[in-house]
Amino acid sequence: MLKASLWFLAVGLACLALADIEIVTLDPWGELGRLLSGFARPDLRALPAMGQALLNTVTFAFCGLSLAVLLGSGLAFVFEHRVVRLGCAAVRAVHEIFWAFLFLPMVGLNPVCGVLAIAIPYAGVFAKVYAEILQEADRRPMQALPPGSSPVSRFCYGILPTIWPNLKAYTSYRLECALRSSAVLGFIGLPTLGFHLETAFREGLYGEAAALLYVFYLLIASLRYWVRPRLVVLYAALSAWAVSPEVHLSWVNVKRFLSWEILPWPMRREGFQDGSLDIAFPVEQMWSWFDVLVRHQALPGVWNTVLLTQAALAATGLFAVVFLGVACRHVSPAPVRRLVHFGLIVGRTTPEYLLAYVFLQLWGPSMLPALVAILLHNGAILSYLGAGSANVMRLRLDAPRRALDRYAWEVLPRVYGQFLAFLFYRWEVMMRESAILGILGVTTLGFFIDSAIAEDKLDQAVVLIGFTALLNMGIDSISQVVRRRLRLASGASLAVAD
Amino acid sequence: MPAAAAQGPTAAGELFDLRDEHVRAGATEALRGVDLRVDRGEKLVVIGPSGAGKTTLLRLLQARRPADCACVHQDYALVPQLSAFHNVYAGRLDRNSTLANLVDLARPRRRVVEELRPLFRDLGLEDKLFEAVSQLSGGQQQRVAVGRALYQGGAVVLADEPVSAVDPHQAGDVLELLKAGCETAVVAMHDVDLALRHFDRAVGLREGRVAFDLGSAEVGAARLEALYRGEAGAEPST
Repeated sequence: MLKASLWFLAVGLACLALADIEIVTLDPWGELGRLLSGFARPDLRALPAMGQALLNTVTFAFCGLSLAVLLGSGLAFVFEHRVVRLGCAAVRAVHEIFWAFLFLPMVGLNPVCGVLAIAIPYAGVFAKVYAEILQEADRRPMQALPPGSSPVSRFCYGILPTIWPNLKAYTSYRLECALRSSAVLGFIGLPTLGFHLETAFREGLYGEAAALLYVFYLLIASLRYWVRPRLVVLYAALSAWAVSPEVHLSWVNVKRFLSWEILPWPMRREGFQDGSLDIAFPVEQMWSWFDVLVRHQALPGVWNTVLLTQAALAATGLFAVVFLGVACRHVSPAPVRRLVHFGLIVGRTTPEYLLAYVFLQLWGPSMLPALVAILLHNGAILSYLGAGSANVMRLRLDAPRRALDRYAWEVLPRVYGQFLAFLFYRWEVMMRESAILGILGVTTLGFFIDSAIAEDKLDQAVVLIGFTALLNMGIDSISQVVRRRLRLASGASLAVAD
Repeated sequence: MPAAAAQGPTAAGELFDLRDEHVRAGATEALRGVDLRVDRGEKLVVIGPSGAGKTTLLRLLQARRPADCACVHQDYALVPQLSAFHNVYAGRLDRNSTLANLVDLARPRRRVVEELRPLFRDLGLEDKLFEAVSQLSGGQQQRVAVGRALYQGGAVVLADEPVSAVDPHQAGDVLELLKAGCETAVVAMHDVDLALRHFDRAVGLREGRVAFDLGSAEVGAARLEALYRGEAGAEPST
């Protein structure tokens, strides 16, 4: 395990050396000062106007999540089929924002776009994780039931109660993720919190941004007080009712998107120019169109995405190894621990997209903001989980007296396997984030996809999103191989699968 | 003493008739040539040291008549998150419509609760009706498992160590309840004294073979000694 860790670290360093990580703004620290003073004095005057955005954030998340739970639980039962498995891996591999990019031209700036952008990838995630939970369920109680019982009764009495706690825990974790996704979708124009956050940050109104962000934290922190299994159905129904007046679908646009706009440009050129909208098949031109797209956009995008991912993976690992110690009760004194704990929760709750956006304002466009954003968000999640499992551990009475010895000889060796398992589970997530953060100006895949969308070249965007998905599925299977090789615990996916 | 092996065969009364049964469990042979006949209405106990093949024998019986057997499993096989009531109720899932099962899962109908209450009273669990099984002690869980098998009914109850965790002065009551609540019972047990006191017919099992099949009164100390020590004359080593 140590050898593998060092390899990943070396690759990460090499990637860092190749990546462009300079600070290009003139006065990064002054800007940081203004940012911090804004966060110390949140401007509450803007809040009343944000009620609708807050409501949208919550309702999109609830609608998207409910749909995803329904679809995902259905698919979980047939997850052994290769088609289902691959299909779910493919929809999972595309980030919510990219899904939103695809739905925007079809349905417009409309709740449907936000809801589907959350529901589709989340359905793929739920299918996978629910299927895993189902597979690991204790079968004995079900086998003890009378043999003539109907399958539904057998499931509801024999299996469902035993897996219910796991299903509930995972689904409520995803609710938090869905709220983050919903908020972030505002950055690309949907009417959620992110929309106002983006405006506030862009215009340097840090007090207002801080107030919005504090509201978001409050929302996440208060979840456990108002989200109850019994009430969830009610919330979902209310959310559906709340978004429904805004929904207007035009099938013409959907059809136009699917049968015209996503076709490669050479197929459409003639029909477009003579106004007939006929479709041709000029094979040679299509090939050169694809060739140019791959060489000028896809490959550089893939290269930069991989660079950023590997650098971020190594940096996240380092960060978490340090901070899980600092947050652990066997190592650091209570006041320090509490402070770090608080910091980790903030890091975990803040969407990485938002973090990257803020650092971008401070440091200008390079890989640095994206790297630090991924590192902070994922590092916080991993340290939090690692410290959690270290805290329930009991050390022997005669454990080394010095904190650092205790950490290095007792705590870390025991949690390291699980920690690596978590880290490799997040690998795929970091890859998705690296791609998406291109939208902010780093030349990862997201940059090219965003540019293609901006120029209305949906055909190119679709191909590039396809590349992103393939890359992500590739990393997912490499991560599986690595975890198997290192014999890392399975079942860890529950905590961090994304 | 009803020594079953001596009774004449009545085709209508015969439930199981095992002849020279062999069962492999992985590398070892768990049953090596077992003959056993069980008639309707019989209540017999299977005793023997651990690893003798008691559980395998019960599984074999269950596999012969899956539709007629209600089982008390050695590991209880309860759903810890559900209440004692629901676990016992699950014994008759096959007799209710799926819809009724779902309704009772969400909110049990009063009629069904009243139907089950006497059984819980007999089990000494009346106050635990709606407590989650995970909150019950080992002995209480085991009584819930017995309750489920009794409620399920069917021609035979197959019980694997049904009172191993129940405290001694209650164990006898539970065994009597089990016997009274079913037509035919095959019970595997560790506790020889308890077994012989409550059952008329005893089958001694050792290393996958039937060492004896006698009326309980005829077993005697010498045979028991041999069964558990392994010095039985009728026990050639393989």
